[in-house]
Amino acid sequence: MNELVVMSGKGGTGKTSIVASFAVLAGRCVAADCDVDASDLHLLLEPRVLRRENFSGGSQARIKPGHCTACGKCEELCRFDAVFFDGPGNGRVPKTFRVDPMACEGCGVCAYFCEEKAIDFSPAVSGQWFVSETRCGPMVHARLGIAQENTGKLVHVVRTEAKKVASTERLDLVIIDGAPGIGCPVIASMTATNLAVIVTEPTLSGLHDLGRVADLAAHFGLPAVVAVNQWDVHPEMTERIEAEARSRGLPVAGRVRYDPAVTQAQVRQMAVVEYTGRGAAADIRRLWSEVAPRLSKPSPFVVL
Amino acid sequence: MLRRSAAPLLTLRKGAFQPTGLRMQIAIASGKGGTGKTTVATNLAYVASRRGLSVAYLDCDVEAPNGHIFLRPQITERETVGNLVPQVDHQRCTLCGRCGEICQYSAIALVGQQVLVYPELCHGCGGCWLVCPEKAITEVSRPIGVVETGQAGSIQFARGLLNVGEPMSPPVIRAVKAVRFEAEVTVIDAPPGTSCPVIESLRGADFVLLVTEPTPFGLHDLKLAVEMVRALKLPFGVVINRATEDGRPTRSFCEAQRVAILAEIPDDRKLAEAYARGVLACDFSDQYRTQFSRLLESARAPGKESA
Repeated sequence: MNELVVMSGKGGTGKTSIVASFAVLAGRCVAADCDVDASDLHLLLEPRVLRRENFSGGSQARIKPGHCTACGKCEELCRFDAVFFDGPGNGRVPKTFRVDPMACEGCGVCAYFCEEKAIDFSPAVSGQWFVSETRCGPMVHARLGIAQENTGKLVHVVRTEAKKVASTERLDLVIIDGAPGIGCPVIASMTATNLAVIVTEPTLSGLHDLGRVADLAAHFGLPAVVAVNQWDVHPEMTERIEAEARSRGLPVAGRVRYDPAVTQAQVRQMAVVEYTGRGAAADIRRLWSEVAPRLSKPSPFVVL
Repeated sequence: MLRRSAAPLLTLRKGAFQPTGLRMQIAIASGKGGTGKTTVATNLAYVASRRGLSVAYLDCDVEAPNGHIFLRPQITERETVGNLVPQVDHQRCTLCGRCGEICQYSAIALVGQQVLVYPELCHGCGGCWLVCPEKAITEVSRPIGVVETGQAGSIQFARGLLNVGEPMSPPVIRAVKAVRFEAEVTVIDAPPGTSCPVIESLRGADFVLLVTEPTPFGLHDLKLAVEMVRALKLPFGVVINRATEDGRPTRSFCEAQRVAILAEIPDDRKLAEAYARGVLACDFSDQYRTQFSRLLESARAPGKESA
């Protein structure tokens, strides 16, 4: 089975639009939206949810005001500045300690060392994940609760489920929509995949962040190719970025032009290759025809 | 017991920050990436400094920081950010396994006849060190990033850089925010999204500007971002970047939610080209200087927007 990840250091370079088009061009494949923090792929592929599961990224501490003696041990031990001395009073003390759920990292140290056993530490539901059906095949996606931890763990769940679905349905390609950046969800999206397509834009920021994400791919020994989106917004910068990619030994797989049709397709909940055959859509088709043969076992469903 | 910082290698400078009514931290955030956070943040810092205010700019997008491209700071100091991770003295260890039981991150575990540490999973909570009955664990600082500080004209500049291959950005973000600048206006450039790195960047801000673009993706992620700042109980307003006629759904959403749109930055090819070359909008256009000045005023006017 092949896992193809589309990633970028910088946000907003066009990962999701390209993933949706790839999913259409690949014929039936499994789409995995691993940008669980701000997922958008469902806006293009209109998944029909078949299965929905809760996700717990870890536990969270909660001080029971009735049991707190305001000794302050929890505040002393917390390294994340998550304990505040502004909880409600009880019969014994006028004020108790309180854990700010937004700041709590779920380490459990406060609960473990509380002599009064006044701190609850239990698994918190921090998101949901879904197995769905779309017009391009199955899709696995997720929704992390606001301000939740452990995006990496949820990404891992999405990838594991996507592979399960692929093997039950005998599909040999999973296309992963990655998160921006180089941190925990990105690492979880890319490790042990077969190929990364790094999407960037012709700006100095795009150039800078391409370097970061290319270093990350190299760090994990992941083969990668580069595509410049909206390349014609700044042709000289595109040349610079492509030169930078080549100097790092990364093949340039294609250029995609700036095209209002990409947003127009988005408004109509379509992949741009479904909306039109011209412009950026033609460029993405060409990009796919460069990318698909690089997968170790090309899918028999590849439509070029 | 001594309280130990999660970022021990970073020494704090320039005395304690004294919050007064005049000082303000404005954070720039967005659900979706690439909507223009850095454009807004750097231009706000610029207009504030032009107005004679003392300004600090903190780049908290430590995975992909880009503010330096526009502000071109002279970096004068570079400090390593460390995370405290356990080191096991195997002579003392009796293989009781309590360290593995308290660890919520699977960063330390008793595997067969040995305790193994997976330092990149460690959050530095100190649980294993505290719980070890044999005092076989010491905590050592492991570098996970750097904080660079310097000066961009009159703007005090700091940015964090997460080391490539490290998953956890919050300690680096905390270290950027721990840099003590004396500033009337502090501009915080946050990473995209709505999870822990963003929350860490927004903590303690007085006002949040949510930057969005008038596309379905932009609107969807703006809704998440609004939910987030409301959960954090922070006052906020919205900036629509690359504004066109297509902005209607975004405007109706803001209206229905009683969220103020504080600025609409036009979809301007000249601005996009300047951005590509790393040039500040305010540097080449009076129109943008005026617009960002107004935006700065709205963000600084207290109690103007709903939480």
